[in-house]
Amino acid sequence: MLLFVVSIATFAIFFLVPRLAGMSADDLASRYVGKAANEQVIHDTAIRLGFYDPLLVQYGRFVKGIFVGVERNYGPGVELCPAPCLGYSYVTQNPVLPDLLDRIPITLSLALGAAVVWVVFGVATGVVSALRRGSFFDRFSMGIALAGVSLPIFFTGIVSLAIFRDQLGLVGDVADWVPFSEDPLTWANNLMLPWITLAFLYAAGYARLTRAGMLETMGEDYIRTARAKGLPERAVVVKHGLRATLTPVLTMFGLDLGLLLGGAVLTESTFSLPGIGKYARDAIERNDLPQVMGVTLVAAAFIIVANLIVDLLYAVVDPRVRLT
Amino acid sequence: MKIRSKASAVAMTAALAVVVSACGGGGGSKSTGGSGSDEKPASQYNAGVTQVVNPSDKTGGTLHMGMPGDFDSVDPGDMYYGYAWNFARLYTRALTMFKPVPGEEGLQLVGDLAEDLGKPTDGGKTWTYKLRKGIKYEDGTPVTSKDVKYAVARSLDKDILPSGPTYFNDWLDLQGYTGPYKMKGKLDDLKAIETPDDYTIVFHLKKAYGGFDYFAMLPQTAPVPEAKDTGSKYKEHPVSTGPYMFKAHELTKRIELVKNPNWDPATDPNRKQLNDSIEVLLGQNEDDLDQRLLSGKIDVKVNSTGVAANARKTVLTDPKVKQYADSAPIDRTWFTNINGDVKPFDNIHCRKAVMYAADRSALQGAYGGPDAGGDIALSLMPSKMTGYQKIDPYGVEANPTGNVEKAKEELAACGQPNGFSTTISYRNERAAEKLTAESLQQSLGRVGIKLEIKGYPQGDYFKLYAGKPDFAKKNNLGLMVYGWGADYPEGFGFFQQIVDSRVIRDAGNTNLSVKDPKIDELIDQAAAETDAAKRNAIWAQVDKQVMDSAYILPYVWAHGLFYRPPTLKNVFVSQNWGMYEYLTLSTQ
Repeated sequence: MLLFVVSIATFAIFFLVPRLAGMSADDLASRYVGKAANEQVIHDTAIRLGFYDPLLVQYGRFVKGIFVGVERNYGPGVELCPAPCLGYSYVTQNPVLPDLLDRIPITLSLALGAAVVWVVFGVATGVVSALRRGSFFDRFSMGIALAGVSLPIFFTGIVSLAIFRDQLGLVGDVADWVPFSEDPLTWANNLMLPWITLAFLYAAGYARLTRAGMLETMGEDYIRTARAKGLPERAVVVKHGLRATLTPVLTMFGLDLGLLLGGAVLTESTFSLPGIGKYARDAIERNDLPQVMGVTLVAAAFIIVANLIVDLLYAVVDPRVRLT
Repeated sequence: MKIRSKASAVAMTAALAVVVSACGGGGGSKSTGGSGSDEKPASQYNAGVTQVVNPSDKTGGTLHMGMPGDFDSVDPGDMYYGYAWNFARLYTRALTMFKPVPGEEGLQLVGDLAEDLGKPTDGGKTWTYKLRKGIKYEDGTPVTSKDVKYAVARSLDKDILPSGPTYFNDWLDLQGYTGPYKMKGKLDDLKAIETPDDYTIVFHLKKAYGGFDYFAMLPQTAPVPEAKDTGSKYKEHPVSTGPYMFKAHELTKRIELVKNPNWDPATDPNRKQLNDSIEVLLGQNEDDLDQRLLSGKIDVKVNSTGVAANARKTVLTDPKVKQYADSAPIDRTWFTNINGDVKPFDNIHCRKAVMYAADRSALQGAYGGPDAGGDIALSLMPSKMTGYQKIDPYGVEANPTGNVEKAKEELAACGQPNGFSTTISYRNERAAEKLTAESLQQSLGRVGIKLEIKGYPQGDYFKLYAGKPDFAKKNNLGLMVYGWGADYPEGFGFFQQIVDSRVIRDAGNTNLSVKDPKIDELIDQAAAETDAAKRNAIWAQVDKQVMDSAYILPYVWAHGLFYRPPTLKNVFVSQNWGMYEYLTLSTQ
């Protein structure tokens, strides 16, 4: 249902906003022709792309493609884009779904790797800061966390490339994407910098959230009780303190990971990674509706799935949520 | 507490110092990519503009190229950008080509697939080319004239291949032929192109055009075997006739070319096959790409203007880096259209007042100054183009900041001695155009011409705003900031789309304001002239007439600022492309 609403909203924004601004079907089509196209070519393109059809018909055609597939004339013949078909790009004329599937491993590699780094470092920093409240470590790490939240990724990304790749030569060329299946070591080496840079941005929020949660939890009566019972400090902190703090962290993690899987636009653009985020940016710049629709639907699906997983994980982290 | 604060401050300062030093560093002297900067011979700024830098005939290795975006297409029948045409010659051969040498000789057309330039008959309406023998595709199949005919025929279909130029659509006597996709199996119906034998091809035009050899240079004449044509999917693997062929094309991500084993240098005096392979990374972050170029990790940046604004600062201010850079003139002029549809610009004297009052020095600054922006333009036609003749009707050389007195005289003659108000438009996404509008606001303000500045989105600038005459008139757009680059360095390729009044339509215009029957007449004369010298003389007259009619205020003949890593061999700026010649480049 959510995907349906998202697709209608995207479709409406694409077609209704230009119309409200006074654009005709030919004006819209003129974005998808060559530099030297004359009026006839533009008009033919508008007809070929179906811009003269009522909006409902155009949307119906898109939905039909998802369930039945789409036929397209590529010149020497006609090819079928099998269901589920998200249509063909207005600009590159490539089918959208294979393009997206091709990019998912890149975005997945980036998002999951970064997530591991930011969760480990963010939560660990938050716990230690809470336990050593007011110490140099607490102040320093929270200062760094503040910087992490404040600095935009296109700044930290370029600076980290200049230092760690160009000056120190510690990491590989990120732009040279190598799949995990081909060479895991190069894959990890090339992605190290995007992971750390992205994690720097996110870890900050997790550190601050964990610290706040831990400070509150560690002051609870049951923590005092646990200590009074003679439990080791590690057990008190991890089993009783951290576990209770993790629920809001997990909620935030679900949202963040879902959003990132739907496209880390800035990170992928900064590091020239050809993932879904870069694809989304290019699609928006070119007003390429089928590509924008595809990205939007995939991103929405990722957010739904990520939230579902998080909901399931609540029960693992917090026994109070379990049904039985 | 004090100690803690100090410690924090020291740590932060140290971290900041690392960041700042890293940002300020870089340049061309540090290399981790095998550039071997310490042994590099010293070079000179602009050395590549006039001569071949680092000549070498060594073979092997890979040439690494990087692009901020993507090619419009790598299908030779579906591309329009200069860098795409330059790149396409690595794997395709058109009928003619520009000689790949530095300097003015690089503007000379020579035979490529054809033995020589075309032979005009019928007063320039028929052009015949003889193909070289022994040219093969990458699979060893011989190239025939029928493949060239098929290639041009398929490029006519703008539904399937929308991006290429429309010269063949506009000039061939097509008699209703619409391309082999819509008219399957009817290639013989295309009477405008005849192939009397496997090595002869004849083009029939609707009307005489003396510069047809320039059309023959377009990648659309590169042969395509009909059996291998996959229409809009042909870009996935164009079949090679050049020294390199496609090994991989991951669309929008990466291209890998390797040596074409069936390319015979004996049939191709203009190309070399030095590197073993060529890799192009597509869709790169431009600032990062520039950094990689400066540090030698990338050998060539593929685009038409060179390094971007951030890297320009490093290139122009650090002599160690600047020695490896070239400020290359491009066939492009930055200018502002003066709209005769908007009063009082219907009066030529009011238009001339603008021509005199504009401060060209400030406008040159808006585009980045002489190195990164370009030279002050004395007329519309770029000075590097074939047939350029120097004119300076508004005395710009003597008064680059403008001639206020003359401007006031023209205003008086126009009946507006105290000036008037109008609107100037520019493209929002272009910082230089905004600066241009502001600069004109200031300089025209000196004579009482008040400008209201309005920005419009770049994507719709021509379709909905400045390029739509109704809109421009209704919204009082008296001045419209613009710029134009030639398709090829000859008058027709530059002027026709921007000064011929007959190309003006309801919307999406490239000619924003020039309506002068005398110019239209001169364009027809020049196009029909088969004698190059006489043709060029007429284009010079067009240039003069455009200046005299004062519909266009030109101010900068554009330059691109290009960087060649010290390890790059056989580098020079092609005067035709206005960028490095890709055919000769090597890393060995």
